[in-house]
Amino acid sequence: MPRDTWLVFSRAMKLSLRNPTWTVVGLMQPVLYLFFFGPLLERMTEHTPGFPTGTSWQILTPALIVQLALFGASFVGFSLLAELRMGVLEQLRVTPVSRSALLLGRVMRDTVHTLVQASLILILAFTVFDLRASVGAVVLTLVMVAMLAVALSSCSYALALALRSEEAFPAVLNTVLLPILLLSGIFIPITQGLAPGWLYTVSRWNPFTHVVDAERASFRGEFTTDALLTGSLVLIALAALSLLWGTRAFRREDA
Amino acid sequence: MRSGDGSRRGATEHRVRGQAGGAQFDARVGEELAAQARLYGLSAAKAQERAKALAGQFELDDLLARPVKTLSGGQRRRMDIAKGLVHGPRLVFLDEPTAALDPRSRANVWQHIRTMHAELGTTVFLTTHYLDEADALCDRVLVIDSGRIVATGSPTELKARISGDLVTVGVDAVDLVKTADIAGKFADEVDTKPDTVSFRVPRGDLVMPELLRALDAHDISTTSLSVQRPTLDDVFLILTGRTLAEADHAA
Repeated sequence: MPRDTWLVFSRAMKLSLRNPTWTVVGLMQPVLYLFFFGPLLERMTEHTPGFPTGTSWQILTPALIVQLALFGASFVGFSLLAELRMGVLEQLRVTPVSRSALLLGRVMRDTVHTLVQASLILILAFTVFDLRASVGAVVLTLVMVAMLAVALSSCSYALALALRSEEAFPAVLNTVLLPILLLSGIFIPITQGLAPGWLYTVSRWNPFTHVVDAERASFRGEFTTDALLTGSLVLIALAALSLLWGTRAFRREDA
Repeated sequence: MRSGDGSRRGATEHRVRGQAGGAQFDARVGEELAAQARLYGLSAAKAQERAKALAGQFELDDLLARPVKTLSGGQRRRMDIAKGLVHGPRLVFLDEPTAALDPRSRANVWQHIRTMHAELGTTVFLTTHYLDEADALCDRVLVIDSGRIVATGSPTELKARISGDLVTVGVDAVDLVKTADIAGKFADEVDTKPDTVSFRVPRGDLVMPELLRALDAHDISTTSLSVQRPTLDDVFLILTGRTLAEADHAA
């Protein structure tokens, strides 16, 4: 299976590299947020009570990276639907290739893709803006982003195989992603000081809130806090469940 | 004939691949072939070798570096067939291999299917809506109408058994009745039109001399004379009472 995974990965990667436009297009959103939203947040963090500690860039940058993964990796299922329509998947399935490898190879490609994008955002935030963070924080953040990409792309493929519709897929995703995005306090952190009690409670139920919190803690250099531990556990659980769902979806297709 | 994939599954030792082709648009032809070979467990070097060999067989050598999306319909079909052969299957199912191809590409694909059968000894199971395709490629033909097999045999057998050659004699209107009488000696059913008489016999070429002598004896001069070998379309028409186009329309 490792060999098959590598085959699927290298083939997918080769095709992605041939078409780098999408990497750049995917970066547009977070870059625009950095330029047109970041400076606003700078003042707000200083004058608004209830904001978490840390500079505005330490609050915004990890959030943008999570958003990048959330919107980039979640839509990878789209490519699978196109492959399904063109018979690419069918053609892979006639070979004795491992079914799990068909998922894992793709997920690996998406993870590398997200990591490259996240690194570019980090470089931009470090060089153009006033982001300060330790090397350890950056490494930890990238590890978390990778796990997030694994979880989200696995789910995306599983969902695509479940829906099998190029119309329904983006509709379902948008419906699910927007509340997840808003409730994770990506742009304005949902803290007890800022949010009404019910909103704070609801946001705590959103696993992505904990991921964002963990990344922010890591950027602040707080490696021993509960936020980091909770976020990591949530990520491990998310990635494990998503991989399970994804591999099951690919195997079931076998029938 | 495209529905019910479930029933086709498991019918072969290797799984069935669909009509759509299934190539990555941005991938190059050589990569597609080699990648498919690698998925069948070949090493990188062996896969390259296999891709080259198949490319040679299907005249794709010059196209190896071309992105799949730039191929013409016929080239694309050839690549798809080549890809289906990377693992050297003994049995290949081709579902309408020349659908939507121009006549030249069609002839070309036919040529490669023949070669594949002749040189590699691959058994080819081919479904088609074009009866001339079945006629040109198949050793054994099954005619299926509304899901039922209505005839089976070699193209020649089917044609000889069921319809026979169509002999058409063109004569002046005054000679029509006499000509029809003469034709009646060769066949039970004679079709008379205002200026032609036609009938079917198993071998048109063999009755021709006798027919000409008989006409000559009655001083009948012909305005035209033709023998048409039956096509599988005629066979289908006679078997089902419908032309293939009508059958298609109803389906």
